[in-house]
Amino acid sequence: MNRNMERAAPFIFGLVGLGLWQGAVWWLQVPLYVLPGPVAIVAAYAGDYAVLNAALLSTLTVTFAALLVSATLGVALALAMAASNLARAAIQPWAVILQVTPVVAIAPLIIIWVNQPFLALVVCATIVAFFPVLSNTAAGLAATPKELLDLFRLNGATRWQTLILLRLPAALPYFLAGLRISGTLALVGAVVAEFVAGSGGFASGLAYRILEAGYRLQIPRMFAALVLLALAGMAIYGVLGLFSRLMLRRRDAA
Amino acid sequence: MIVVDGVSKTFPNGTAALDNISAKIGEGEFIVLLGPSGCGKSTLLRLLTGLEAPSGGQILWPEGAAGPGDIGFVFQDATLMPWASAAENVYLPLRLRGTSRAETREAVMAALAQVGLAEFANAKPAALSGGMKMRVSIARALVGAPKLLLMDEPFAALDEFTRFKLQADLHDVWRRTGKTIVFVTHSIYEAAYLATRVLVMSARPGRVAADIINPVAEGPERRTAADYTAFVKTLSDVLRKVMPT
Repeated sequence: MNRNMERAAPFIFGLVGLGLWQGAVWWLQVPLYVLPGPVAIVAAYAGDYAVLNAALLSTLTVTFAALLVSATLGVALALAMAASNLARAAIQPWAVILQVTPVVAIAPLIIIWVNQPFLALVVCATIVAFFPVLSNTAAGLAATPKELLDLFRLNGATRWQTLILLRLPAALPYFLAGLRISGTLALVGAVVAEFVAGSGGFASGLAYRILEAGYRLQIPRMFAALVLLALAGMAIYGVLGLFSRLMLRRRDAA
Repeated sequence: MIVVDGVSKTFPNGTAALDNISAKIGEGEFIVLLGPSGCGKSTLLRLLTGLEAPSGGQILWPEGAAGPGDIGFVFQDATLMPWASAAENVYLPLRLRGTSRAETREAVMAALAQVGLAEFANAKPAALSGGMKMRVSIARALVGAPKLLLMDEPFAALDEFTRFKLQADLHDVWRRTGKTIVFVTHSIYEAAYLATRVLVMSARPGRVAADIINPVAEGPERRTAADYTAFVKTLSDVLRKVMPT
């Protein structure tokens, strides 16, 4: 009973919020171009779903490409950092610098440097997304149980054996947690890059549709695109969480 | 025979953990290092592995030094790899030495059978109780036929009943295999039950305060025999004298 209530709570809360929103918009007769109600947003989506869905697909393609690159790059750099202190000292500050630099600031440069638009978007999204995979995997590789490391040494294990049989599998849960955060960040990065590219006339992705709708004062359409983005973000977070749980359960459960 | 010859250990922060420890570890002995926390018994065990060097003195093996696989180690926690089955965990030391799964299957199964877990070969650690995990850990330490088995308070985290059973089973394993074992504990009862010889250690810095042969006869009544109670009292008296007040 209590659990079910808890499960239903966000939906009830959302519905009440939507109801209040719609009621207020009707009651106060707020113009559509200032704040559309949920009904108008759904109607806008229904009237334009082909274009919006295509834009969503384009954004998601960039997101997944960036996530794939982030995972590969993050793990590779984390391995290098785990293998040598020199590599750690060399890589760590640059990873942090890249992480704290706002991508909005460097996206225009990247879009100029990288001629191919899709590639430019992936590069931007990767810059935003790769850090959690890197830092989590590095933390996981550093957190190998000391006793097991001793056991490997006692039995004359090579570095390679220790890496493959112990450190990588021990770091897997950390990597998966990082991947989940990186997934949502890749979406954010893709959208930010699209905004920059979109204002430069590159027409693709949800961010471009948001910009376009804003220019034309099609505010309900703009909101519809925003809702799609939010849903996509939640889906990515949920799917990656599920993937991580299933994978670890499959591996560690009897 | 392994000779611990005047071994001292001072940590980089200046703490003197061990001071001039000398002892001989004869083949087939079950030596228990007994002492209060901070007496350096775990440090001594670690020096015996050779993973860490003493600050003074030396540890002499008959052939000079311990090689890979010469030492089996059981930690306070079972420290199994959670992603690997019991059999895979036990197979680990053999695998690291480059032997194949096929040629070691029998050895792995025998080691599991020795600790009473033959039916649980394919179980992952998550499905095993604390006592069973410790059994797997012991099987993993035994599988490579090490010359020396080192155990660092392996039963301290278990409940009383599981501990009694595991102590009895370990004692059986020792009697059947004649392994040389060095076992660290802070439990007087555990020491009196398991040991053939007890080294009582004093704290800060760790010294050997007494080296006592266990007089209690082998057999099923070991834990209830009158001389067991007497031996517990002897050990308690020694410990009382070395405990910092």
